[in-house]
Amino acid sequence: MAKAHNDHAVKHDAHGHDDHHDHKPGFFTRWFLSTNHKDIGSLYLIFSVAAALIGVAFSMLMRLELLHPGLQVIKDGQNWNVMITAHGLIMIFFVVMPGLIGGFGNWFVPLMIGAPDMAFPRLNNISFWLIVPSFGLALYAVLLYYIQGAGGLGTGWTMYPPLSGIAGHADKAVDLAIFSLHLAGASSILGAINFITTIFNMRAPGMTLHKMPLFVWAMLVTSFLLVLSLPVLGGAITMLLTDRNFGTSFFKPDGGGDPILFQHLFWFFGHPEVYIMILPAFGIVSHIVSTFSRKPVFGYLGMVYAMVGIGAVGFIVWAHHMFTTGISINTRAYFTAATLIIAVPTGIKIFSWIATMWGGSITFETPMLWAIGFIILFTVGGVTGVVLANAGMDIVLHDTYYVVAHFHYVLSLGAVFALFAGWYYWIGKISGHQYPEWAGKIHFWLTFIGVNLVFFPQHFLGLAGMPRRIPDYPDMYAGWNYVSSVGAAITGISVIWWLGLALYTLTCGKKAADNPWGEGANTLEWTLSSPPPFHQFEIQPRVV
Amino acid sequence: MLKKSLLLLFVCALSLIALPAFAVQLPETIWYHYLLPAASPVKERIEHFHAILLVIITTISVIVVVVLAYTMVRFRRKANPVPSTTTHNVKLEIIWTLLPCLILVVIMWYSFPLMYYMDKAKHPSVTLKVTGYQWYWGYSYPDQEIEEYSNYYIPGEDQDTKNEFAELRALPTYQRLLSTYDLTTSKPSFVVLPANEDIRVLITAGDVLHSWALPMMGVKKDAVPGRINETWLRINEPGIYYGQCSEICGTNHGFMPIEIRAVPMDTFKTWSAMMKDDSTKAMAYIQDETLAYAQNRIVAPKLTLQTLWDDLKQDITK
Repeated sequence: MAKAHNDHAVKHDAHGHDDHHDHKPGFFTRWFLSTNHKDIGSLYLIFSVAAALIGVAFSMLMRLELLHPGLQVIKDGQNWNVMITAHGLIMIFFVVMPGLIGGFGNWFVPLMIGAPDMAFPRLNNISFWLIVPSFGLALYAVLLYYIQGAGGLGTGWTMYPPLSGIAGHADKAVDLAIFSLHLAGASSILGAINFITTIFNMRAPGMTLHKMPLFVWAMLVTSFLLVLSLPVLGGAITMLLTDRNFGTSFFKPDGGGDPILFQHLFWFFGHPEVYIMILPAFGIVSHIVSTFSRKPVFGYLGMVYAMVGIGAVGFIVWAHHMFTTGISINTRAYFTAATLIIAVPTGIKIFSWIATMWGGSITFETPMLWAIGFIILFTVGGVTGVVLANAGMDIVLHDTYYVVAHFHYVLSLGAVFALFAGWYYWIGKISGHQYPEWAGKIHFWLTFIGVNLVFFPQHFLGLAGMPRRIPDYPDMYAGWNYVSSVGAAITGISVIWWLGLALYTLTCGKKAADNPWGEGANTLEWTLSSPPPFHQFEIQPRVV
Repeated sequence: MLKKSLLLLFVCALSLIALPAFAVQLPETIWYHYLLPAASPVKERIEHFHAILLVIITTISVIVVVVLAYTMVRFRRKANPVPSTTTHNVKLEIIWTLLPCLILVVIMWYSFPLMYYMDKAKHPSVTLKVTGYQWYWGYSYPDQEIEEYSNYYIPGEDQDTKNEFAELRALPTYQRLLSTYDLTTSKPSFVVLPANEDIRVLITAGDVLHSWALPMMGVKKDAVPGRINETWLRINEPGIYYGQCSEICGTNHGFMPIEIRAVPMDTFKTWSAMMKDDSTKAMAYIQDETLAYAQNRIVAPKLTLQTLWDDLKQDITK
């Protein structure tokens, strides 16, 4: 919606400029001491892909184990618990967050608001370099099982005490995981401060808050959620750390503590966390839908305040993760009502995307396929959320595969579809090379068929009562588990397909135009060259 | 053109690979695809409520997908080369904000009474105390003065056929991972409850969190050390019912089954008297008494338009 009005400056940037004084530092300085938002964004994206391969490997092993009843792949239950914990932690903290926020956020927030860089470039650098040791610690905690042949981090990503206490996990795995989350949390908080400062202070003249692209709005709301929720997680896991090592009893009933307290603190962070993962996805999808419909976003203000509303209400619904823990009936009633209300702003988003397409002149390039796939799958994941929001209904579905299906539909098929949508949408801008369209479409269809085969049958399993986090199941669940695993194999193939496609694009993809998408793509990043110059907007763009 | 045919070829090849795999496996597997049949009044109400939810969410999803598909066809570039410039429509936006609110009110209308009905039994005639341990369940009956006894899963039932559990292991496949036994006597052991009575269940844990769950009863309550949680159930008919631990609790979390034998009140009384002298004999007595139900352990769920309509009618006419 913003249009650059200094064509001269833009052309200057795109052509003459980078030849003359677009000095790039040497390899080590550029990639290890980087203060450039685009380089840091690229580092985040590479990191996210690397972590995703490990996370996907774990999920493939899990589906292999669940292919048939009985124990096939794993040695014992702890092995299983370590795998599910690793999968959850890696996908949430080291794939989706670094990819959407660190990767696309760093790359495109400054570009979209017409800023030369992030507000605090060095802070940006440390944000990235904190996430690397954080990942190392988490991996170490997981690998401890394989090193020792026992122990390791088998608590689930939620790390509920007393299982995560010294009695449940006596080795150092949980301590390592706590430090890992401390580092990841610090990284995210610093990143969020950086985004908030950048967005509030560095917008190009003329770009008022209500003219800001939706992706930037999404990042702004996400950043506030991060700043407000992560300290609570930090506090909770620090209390867990002192419970484990220094004799405190925050969560130990024998010392007067209460394990449920941890769950309240955890989900006060954990619920905003799911919106942290999905809001940037909303932003990306909005841009793509608008671009390929060649039409501005429908109901821009509604879209903005739906995101703000989701963010705000997201803080007061946390105990819907705890309907079976014994919280009082009136508390359950409140959290049921509050949770159901989230369906309203979410509905506004879905309807506005469709209304954006309505009356448009739509083409179906790969990014658009992923965005439409996102809308369908997010709708399916959203409506099962409405089912689960009811405390009465949730009693039979809580901790079953229905929940697994629900949150994978909104995350694995929601956030990850948005990651791919963003990748196809922006890879030409990021790398200067365009992906091969036909290969991208095959990737989409493979993934779409694969993930639906994985997760749709899991609704059936959950309705029939199959508990989650179990390595072996009663035989009545055999059929749909088999289908689910076949779907996982197809998804696995699609991941390999994409890896090949990505390597091909980066090494010998066609040269990308400055704006390969035409008149629909009207945010500021498309006014720059592909890839953008090392320092962009040396003459500030103006927005009317 | 070439690319399109490549795409088509690819999809065909994919289905060719996938089909035989299914064909080989289909006859051997079991397809449980919906809520297990209700065995308690709570679960019946849950079933009715779920029917309403299922109709609502399916309708919404179908409408969204159909409108989306129509938009994709009607407004593709070929059919509509010049895009409109509409950016908002206040009336439309108000409608799609208020309409979901109305649907939510309908949902809450049915949701809240169910929630409060499920909370506690008003006049329970039996109290069962459940304690979760790594990795077994302890059961005691404070009123009958039956001290805590433990139920374990039967290990190695799927692979090892040559250990001391051979006799126990000769089970129909449905019970694999679901039957329980007594570790010290190596004899079957389970929860015994009277049918058609309100039963109060008090749940706690001795070490880490567990969750006592019975899919056919609509019961699931976390076992939390230092807390005693309360729930209730009423079993419609005598029979054999199963459940599993539903909160991750360590290595054998997947191997903490719950087996319930529901019997008439008289049988329950005889059993509880016997438990004080010889628990092995008491369990054997129940084993004999419930033999008749063995064929009817977990009835396959059924979802047809007829069952859905029946469930809907129950809630709407209420």
